[in-house]
Amino acid sequence: MTDWTWLVPLPVVLPLTGAGLALALWKHGRAQQLITLVALTLTLAASLALLWRADAGTLVVDAGGWSAPVGVNLVADRLSALMLAISSAVTLAVLVYSLAQGVADGDEETPVAIFHPTYLVLAAGVAIAFLSGDLFNLYVGFEVLLAASYVLITLGGSAERIRSGTIYIVVALVSSLVFLLALALTYAAAGTVNMAQLAQRLPDIDPGVALLLQLLLLLAFGIKAAIFPLSAWLPDSYPTAPAPVTAVFAGLLTKVGVYAILRVQTLLFPGGRADDLLLWAALATMVIGILGAVAQNDIKRLLSFTLVSHIGYMIFGIALSSQVGTAAAIFYVVHHITVQTTLFLVVGLLERRGGSTSLDHLGGLAKIAPFLAVLFFVPAMNLAGVPPFSGFLGKVGLIQAGVVAGTPLAYALVAGSVVTSLLTLYALVKAWNKAFWQTAPETVEPMRLPRGMVGSAAALVVLGVGLTAVAGPLYGYTERAAGDLRARLPYIEAVLTEDGRGDGVSDDVSRAASPPPAGAPVGSTRTGDDS
Amino acid sequence: MIDPDMTPNLLLVVVVVALVTTGVYLLLERSLTRVIIGLVLIGNGVNVLFLLSGGRAGGAPIVGTTPVEEMSDPLPQAMVLTAIVITLGMTAFLLAMAYRSWQLNRHDEVQDDLEDRRIARMAAADQPAFEDDTQDTRTDLEVEAAEARDETGDREDEQEVVRT
Repeated sequence: MTDWTWLVPLPVVLPLTGAGLALALWKHGRAQQLITLVALTLTLAASLALLWRADAGTLVVDAGGWSAPVGVNLVADRLSALMLAISSAVTLAVLVYSLAQGVADGDEETPVAIFHPTYLVLAAGVAIAFLSGDLFNLYVGFEVLLAASYVLITLGGSAERIRSGTIYIVVALVSSLVFLLALALTYAAAGTVNMAQLAQRLPDIDPGVALLLQLLLLLAFGIKAAIFPLSAWLPDSYPTAPAPVTAVFAGLLTKVGVYAILRVQTLLFPGGRADDLLLWAALATMVIGILGAVAQNDIKRLLSFTLVSHIGYMIFGIALSSQVGTAAAIFYVVHHITVQTTLFLVVGLLERRGGSTSLDHLGGLAKIAPFLAVLFFVPAMNLAGVPPFSGFLGKVGLIQAGVVAGTPLAYALVAGSVVTSLLTLYALVKAWNKAFWQTAPETVEPMRLPRGMVGSAAALVVLGVGLTAVAGPLYGYTERAAGDLRARLPYIEAVLTEDGRGDGVSDDVSRAASPPPAGAPVGSTRTGDDS
Repeated sequence: MIDPDMTPNLLLVVVVVALVTTGVYLLLERSLTRVIIGLVLIGNGVNVLFLLSGGRAGGAPIVGTTPVEEMSDPLPQAMVLTAIVITLGMTAFLLAMAYRSWQLNRHDEVQDDLEDRRIARMAAADQPAFEDDTQDTRTDLEVEAAEARDETGDREDEQEVVRT
């Protein structure tokens, strides 16, 4: 385990270094593109290596040699590694797509000088969020990725993007403030924000205070993950951004929120006290989200609503608080990141080919662009959960977990998820009929779609289908990850080691100099009891 | 467990409450500039709260300068510094956006979404008419939309309606 810890910071360091270089070389478009491509490819390689190594044991790095409860630490357990691997793959594919688009459009749609560094910062922020071992660092990770997303969503500063960006940014900032508030109260209550140490201490604090902290954190992450009463911002803001940006946002940003909920619910608050609330929210998210999608006439908006709706599935799995439920939720996250990103990329192609995203103005594309039709059809069916695709497997896993739980509410969610799945199919078939089968309302100019755009979208389609092929091992991995999460102890022991501190050098220094300062009374009084 | 050292300074608690309530009030306004001020106030309120979470203020937490019992807790201070920097950056970005909005629209009000309005219009068209059948529902909606400062409305009409 010690040999491989150097891998852990790479998914953060590589994109950030790349971002610095790309920013410095802002005048040289080609160099920037090369740097971004290389940085993200290396990140993907590092993430895959982590995926492999984390299966053998959790990897922990105490950044700067500061011991765990005090210093910043990065933790790569199975869940983090899996999330990192899939998100790196998706980020790279979207980058290739946007490069091809930039080449085709003369870089007007996506001003490269800003786009590339920001995109790399976004990738780094996502990696920080997945890897961070303490809540405050998670907050910083969120802010890094959000700051990058603010720039990306208002790229070019057109009136429509400023409008949608305003909503997006204000809502995101409010959720960040709620998160920060929760952090302040957590520190006041427990004297630490390190997740492993919190997991040890939170059971000892007043249950009312603990519930308050839990609800505040769920509120903050719920806004980011777009769970129903907190989801209204998403369909208003996502569709106006450039296609690759929407694709990467749809794939990754909400899932970071879902990841945070999963981590907090399993590691910090394992009692399942908010589960009923989350189950209700999941049900409302699924059903109301998909009803929104059915009402839409613009395909990008339709997809934004399916995105909201399918977040409900993941929350369903998390809120079941069982190993099968958690495993199915993780599997669903992996499936959904891939398929939702693919769909948005394909819709970008659709928009180029048909000249619109409104279903009234599209038509006849099945005849005009048969390959594009295939590219749309496969992930659409995957999302709706038609066998044999991974969406079907994920949904079956969740339904199974719901039946195992056996409570009336769980059965209601099982029914809700089946209905949502059917309505997803309905909404997507409606889009398919209108865009691909109806007679084209106006003649479409013959054109060739840039090969890189089609290629990267096709690669993601293949990846989505490939998830079915590797579903057995992948499900095994998510089950092991869920096992770790539910056991909690592997994570805590990996971070805090035997003596209750990480293995940074400050360990010796602090012990040689003095006990920890008295200003952290809870911390100092309890350090001894923990081990 | 009541630790006397952890009793927060009442004055600072009052400051936090005042900052956050004022901030929430401003956040509910439609003008982006007020929203920004609201966010800054809430942000500062939360930052002060974070500072409070470290307990009673003490001496500099440097070994050899201050006796250990009198040190203040450096961790929340480090975290608050980070949070302040983040708030600053976000405020700058928001201000730039408000300016851009003013450049484009001559106001910085957050506008309605077009598709939302289309759906609202469709819903209104589907409503059963209980009263005056001859009245055109579209006029009503246009007035409503103008009141909500929609960008599709004719700007002069919009201004008039809002002023009245």
